[in-house]
Amino acid sequence: MKYLCFGYYDKSKFDGMTESERNAMFDTCFEYDDHLRASGHWAGGEALQGPETALTLYWKNGKVATTDGPYAETKEQLGGILVLEARDMNHAVQLMAQHPAITYGNIFEIRPAGDMNEIMKASEQRRGKQTLQ
Amino acid sequence: MSRVGLFASLAGMPPQVHDQLARTIETLYRSESGRILATLVRLLGDLDLAEESMHEAFAAALESWPQAGIPENPRPWLISTARFKAIDGIRRRARFDAEQRNLAIHLETRISEVPHEEEEIEDDRLRLIFTCCHPALPSEGQVALTLREVCGMTTEEIARAFLVSPATLAQRIVRAKAIIRDKAIPYQVPDLQELSARLGAVLQVVYLIFNEGYSAEAARAELSREAIRLGRLLLGLLPEPEVTGLLGLMLLQESRRAARSSPAGELILLEQQDRSLWNGDQIGEGIALTERALLSRRFGAYTLQAAIAAVHAEASSAASTDWRQITLLYGRLLMIQPSPVVELNRAVAVAMCEGPEQGLRLIDALLVSGHLTHYHLAHSARADLCRRLGRLAEARASYEKALSLVRQESERRFLEERLRELK
Repeated sequence: MKYLCFGYYDKSKFDGMTESERNAMFDTCFEYDDHLRASGHWAGGEALQGPETALTLYWKNGKVATTDGPYAETKEQLGGILVLEARDMNHAVQLMAQHPAITYGNIFEIRPAGDMNEIMKASEQRRGKQTLQ
Repeated sequence: MSRVGLFASLAGMPPQVHDQLARTIETLYRSESGRILATLVRLLGDLDLAEESMHEAFAAALESWPQAGIPENPRPWLISTARFKAIDGIRRRARFDAEQRNLAIHLETRISEVPHEEEEIEDDRLRLIFTCCHPALPSEGQVALTLREVCGMTTEEIARAFLVSPATLAQRIVRAKAIIRDKAIPYQVPDLQELSARLGAVLQVVYLIFNEGYSAEAARAELSREAIRLGRLLLGLLPEPEVTGLLGLMLLQESRRAARSSPAGELILLEQQDRSLWNGDQIGEGIALTERALLSRRFGAYTLQAAIAAVHAEASSAASTDWRQITLLYGRLLMIQPSPVVELNRAVAVAMCEGPEQGLRLIDALLVSGHLTHYHLAHSARADLCRRLGRLAEARASYEKALSLVRQESERRFLEERLRELK
């Protein structure tokens, strides 16, 4: 089953680290990421550039509007997303509880992937698409 | 069942794994993983580590058995492989965590010990059950942990059955594991002095799981089957009279499942049930187990409840039920497990053999004592007896009181129907 893990970090804390501290953190985190890949639990993931690089789109007054920056300003910033393949929720918890990022004060929000299969099938039927299931 | 699903999500199978081999390994997983996990828990002293290394061992089997062939004794191979995987895992963790280093040294020494003989392995399952049902854990944690670690259900399956979110259920398990770790609860079968009390806790968890599965919904009904499986496992490991009695009780209650509700989901009381729908095999086995437990003369509450269920099961119709025996059995049950609910059940039985007047007297005394004021079944039982005595106004009042307290939808509809019938 797929679980999405949202990694949050404190930017000021990150900026306050020395270069060697930062390198140590990267080393341990990447090593663990490699372990997740090797053991077949990594189903995808990306780091994110800072919130200042974000552009948010939304609907306003009958058309698309944009703002610079993220949708929600949070104290901790979203630093990356990991798609985890795990047997169940507790297994996902077990895997992420061992991620070195946590020891550096990073936060992981784990959410089970939503199952849209039924909704998608219904939609395909409505749109007249053939589904060969 | 669930373990097959777990297995399917293992790391993508290498292309050279033929269907046949994959199926063999899946069967092995289904039949052996419970036992293997329990042994690994003893060897490694840590649930998480045991789970992780066991699954890595099965993954290793998928990788190496296509070339090397299936070992003659798969179980020791898997356990041995898991031990080495665990050591790898510990070393990996220890590299970046100074605290883990001491733990690693300690565990490596421990893991290097030669594993014990075959007989010990059955004890391992018992150890795991007793640990999962340890009184230091909150009751809901005991239930969740037992279902996941002993029965192999996934967090999501358990959550669905208990109507909570997977995150909520996951928390119960995380907390339970943390308590085991923090309090250094040993993975042991309690010694003779404690065994009786601790066994009581285990049986309570099993029966709790069984009762959760009482409703007709498939996800929940599965829990009753799981509880029965657990009961059988326990009986094989610890043939105590109350274990026998509990299994008998569960089988006898389960035997009535098909007759308990109409296709529309309406509740059907025992006296109205179509007895041809009762499961004869389960009744036969349930009665045999109950008799065995009774013969031991060291039985307790579960055995007595089983005996009561057996009396019902042996009656070909509600009318031919031996209510006198049932009344006597409730009396005996009260002696070892006094409770207002048991008093109520006895009152209903008394009404059946001595007349509604006698039963009503007992129920009224119970209600006056204040113990069952908020128990809807007390009021519905009272209503039923009043109805039989022709005291319709009182019957109506009691049904209405019961309706104000009832929570389950199927029971509500039943009571409303009874109320309608009075008019």
